[in-house]
Amino acid sequence: MFLSEGSDWDFELLARYDEAIADLAHNKYGLDTYPNQIEVISSEQMMDAYSSVGMPVGYNHWSFGKQFVEVEGRYRRGHMGLAYEIVINSDPCIAYLMEENNITMQALVIAHASYGHNSFFKNNYLFKTWTDASSIIDYLVFARNYIADCEQRHGVKAVEETLDSCHALMNYGVDRYKRPSPISAVEEKRRQREREASLQKQISELWRTFPQLQPAVQLREEPPNFPAEPQENLLYFLEKNAPLLAPWQREIIRIVRKMAQYFYPQRQTKVMNEGWACLWHYTLLNDLYDQGKVTDGFMLEFLQNHSQVIYQPPFTAPFYSGMNPYALGFNMFQDIRRICENPDDEDREWFPDIAGSGWLSTVKFAMESFKDESFIQQFLSPRLIRYFKFFQIADDDRNDYVEVGAIHNEQGYRKVRDALAEQYNLSIQEPNIQVVNANVHGDRTLTLRHQRSSGRPLDENSAREVLRHLHRLWKFEVRLESVEHGSVLNEFSMPPPTVIS
Amino acid sequence: MSYIIDRRLNDKRKSTVNRQRFLRRYRSHIRDAVNDAVSRRSIKDMEQGERISIPRKDLSEPIFHHGPGGQRSIVHPGNQEFHQGDRIRRPDGGGGGGPGEGQASDQGEGNDEFAFEIDKQEFLNFLFEDLELPNLLKRHLEGAQIFQHRHGGIVSQGMPAKINIVRSMRQASMRRRALTAATRKKIRTLKAERDALLEQDQSPQRQARLHELDEQIARLERRVERIPFLDTVDLRYNHHVKVPVPVSRAVMFCIMDVSGSMNQDMKDLAKRFFLLLYLFLERNYEHIEVVFIRHHTSAKEVNEEEFFYSRETGGTIVSSALKLTRDIIEERYPVDEWNLYAAQASDGDNWNDDSPACAKLIEDELLPKLQYFSYVEVMPRAHQALWDHYQNIMQRHPSAFSMAQIDEPGEIYPVFRELFKKRMET
Repeated sequence: MFLSEGSDWDFELLARYDEAIADLAHNKYGLDTYPNQIEVISSEQMMDAYSSVGMPVGYNHWSFGKQFVEVEGRYRRGHMGLAYEIVINSDPCIAYLMEENNITMQALVIAHASYGHNSFFKNNYLFKTWTDASSIIDYLVFARNYIADCEQRHGVKAVEETLDSCHALMNYGVDRYKRPSPISAVEEKRRQREREASLQKQISELWRTFPQLQPAVQLREEPPNFPAEPQENLLYFLEKNAPLLAPWQREIIRIVRKMAQYFYPQRQTKVMNEGWACLWHYTLLNDLYDQGKVTDGFMLEFLQNHSQVIYQPPFTAPFYSGMNPYALGFNMFQDIRRICENPDDEDREWFPDIAGSGWLSTVKFAMESFKDESFIQQFLSPRLIRYFKFFQIADDDRNDYVEVGAIHNEQGYRKVRDALAEQYNLSIQEPNIQVVNANVHGDRTLTLRHQRSSGRPLDENSAREVLRHLHRLWKFEVRLESVEHGSVLNEFSMPPPTVIS
Repeated sequence: MSYIIDRRLNDKRKSTVNRQRFLRRYRSHIRDAVNDAVSRRSIKDMEQGERISIPRKDLSEPIFHHGPGGQRSIVHPGNQEFHQGDRIRRPDGGGGGGPGEGQASDQGEGNDEFAFEIDKQEFLNFLFEDLELPNLLKRHLEGAQIFQHRHGGIVSQGMPAKINIVRSMRQASMRRRALTAATRKKIRTLKAERDALLEQDQSPQRQARLHELDEQIARLERRVERIPFLDTVDLRYNHHVKVPVPVSRAVMFCIMDVSGSMNQDMKDLAKRFFLLLYLFLERNYEHIEVVFIRHHTSAKEVNEEEFFYSRETGGTIVSSALKLTRDIIEERYPVDEWNLYAAQASDGDNWNDDSPACAKLIEDELLPKLQYFSYVEVMPRAHQALWDHYQNIMQRHPSAFSMAQIDEPGEIYPVFRELFKKRMET
């Protein structure tokens, strides 16, 4: 008995598909998901959702407007199709379906987002550690209202400037190692009021203009360095220690920092998250077909869309723009399943632990316990390297050529795998910049250190621009030194050093 | 358990505020683009949206990212001919492209322009931003015929059709409560006394008192009931007042020299100027009429088509057009009902003896009636007598008269802005 014959959908039909998919996902495969909230929206609303990074509630800022006009323009001119879905890591898990899509696409999206992504959000360790799905919507509402309120009190321009500066530092607003303790929105609000009052007090203490009596007499030894340890979370450091910020500005920094932290797991799990979702839409819809619940036509259309989604253009293609996370992720999860179900000798040699084990528990383990970098390091098989025909290019600016370091052969597998894994390591891809000193006893200069690795320099123009933003928040001189092997190779400062002529 | 929700009817324009903030932030870029568009566009499509391009570097949101250089490694798919150890000339642009260059480059796609569209309304807003019409004193005139009925509050007199039921009932309720308050209070005390008596043991004396109380209560209750539920004094009526609607209407006189010396290019320039003025007036007034007057040695009122495209030859006597303008104003556009604007375009040629007459005509007869008179000379050459005379007028009447010279289409908009820019005067 088919669930549907035509391509049109209505709400009742969506519910029937959802029920059939849910039955398979929960009962046959034991996927653990948040409850689903599936929302049907129009293409215009999809553009809105797009430009607010998919969040259902967002504060106002021109940069979202910029994204909106860009998306709108490209969509109107036909340069770009809209994504089929947007899904939000919240409890219940909100997924958007576009009304223009036919029932095949809707079913694909339900399986992909509401069961694939959803179970990933709920079970991957990074999401479990860093995000709190039950409170995010409340927090977003809080943030939106707070910022709107600040605009009322302090003017749109002042708030916008603060936000601009925070956005510039957003990637440096995450704790990479420390684990946060999730708190509810109500608690958040109460704490926020407390913070406003107490923080200012602390800061006044830190920046006291008159230290005890005569510092020259009293402080015989060098004052201890502040901060005691280098700080990687620049926004956190500014929120807590910037000398002249108003309480509301500190709260705005905090909001941006929270958003950065919320999105941090998504940035680290693009391949896995999409791969996992693709694995499940593929598996679940195939099961529906095996059960005789969908027609051949449905299946053909589904497969066509599926193969478009997971297509990896070769590097020679004119529209090649790097790895397609859908392609890599989907193939890796499928490959893990294959290694479990039909291992060959190569697999037994490379993956002795999982070859021949239960595929379902293995893919779940992989999904729960890794991020992109370690996932690739653990599970990229020689067979997949051959399938994608991966090759590694070593580019050293001391040479006028680039060198092929490894290809898909026996000597190259490990090197390709290491290199690809590294490519997804955010802490290597993003310059390593930390606060090393704030001169609390002297002229209040803030010093940051960029630890170079592999001789990769900072982009100077953007570094200067970002420093300008940092200076806006810190309000005293800000210096950034680029260091490799203990020697300072490049230095920036804001305001720029004055040349005495 | 899933919930499926139809959100299609929810607000679509969630991004409007963000979009406006974006436009405001890049106002100067957009205005430049609008400026370009004005000089490029043909007249017919002046009133359209516009595609705006802004250099991407001007609206980048900076983040820390790696610059080119150093040692890096990139993995690409789709190897065909490479072997380990192959050396390849570095492609131009350094790093070899590809992923992992940080997010700053992900919108590169090889285009340096950020392009988007603004709609007609926004286009005109930018076009006329910071401009204002001088001498708006007369803008709202008391119209003679047009009235509007407005809600004028609640009154106690009126005709039955306009009874305001809610207010009438509220009034009645208030009256009833007020008139019965004392009585009801008395009833309450009597009832309390009666209840107290009923609690006690009975005796003839108490029975008599009870009886008396019952009678009193009954009498008082009858009194309460006799208060009418609705009285004529309760009635309230909606009131409507007739207010005259201020008219804001304007007439624009386009005066153009069509003598042999004016070629089609010059007319085109003039036309663009007239059109800008028309669009601008249209934004300020509800109703606009345009009068086209063309002249060589004699002036004539014509329709738009004839005004712009038919050719005449002969000499030039500007005063003929000014006289005709004056006559039309007297005949059709009473000064107290219309805002009057005149724009004159010419190549500056005039019969030399006529120029003083023109100046006198404008100064004595037209300027007292007009809100504004603007003159543009569409000729890249030395000025003639007319210009000098007009300049004298401008000195004496800087707020009502202006003039400028336009040589090529690109100058029209700047000149227009100059003529109509906001003046800081009282």
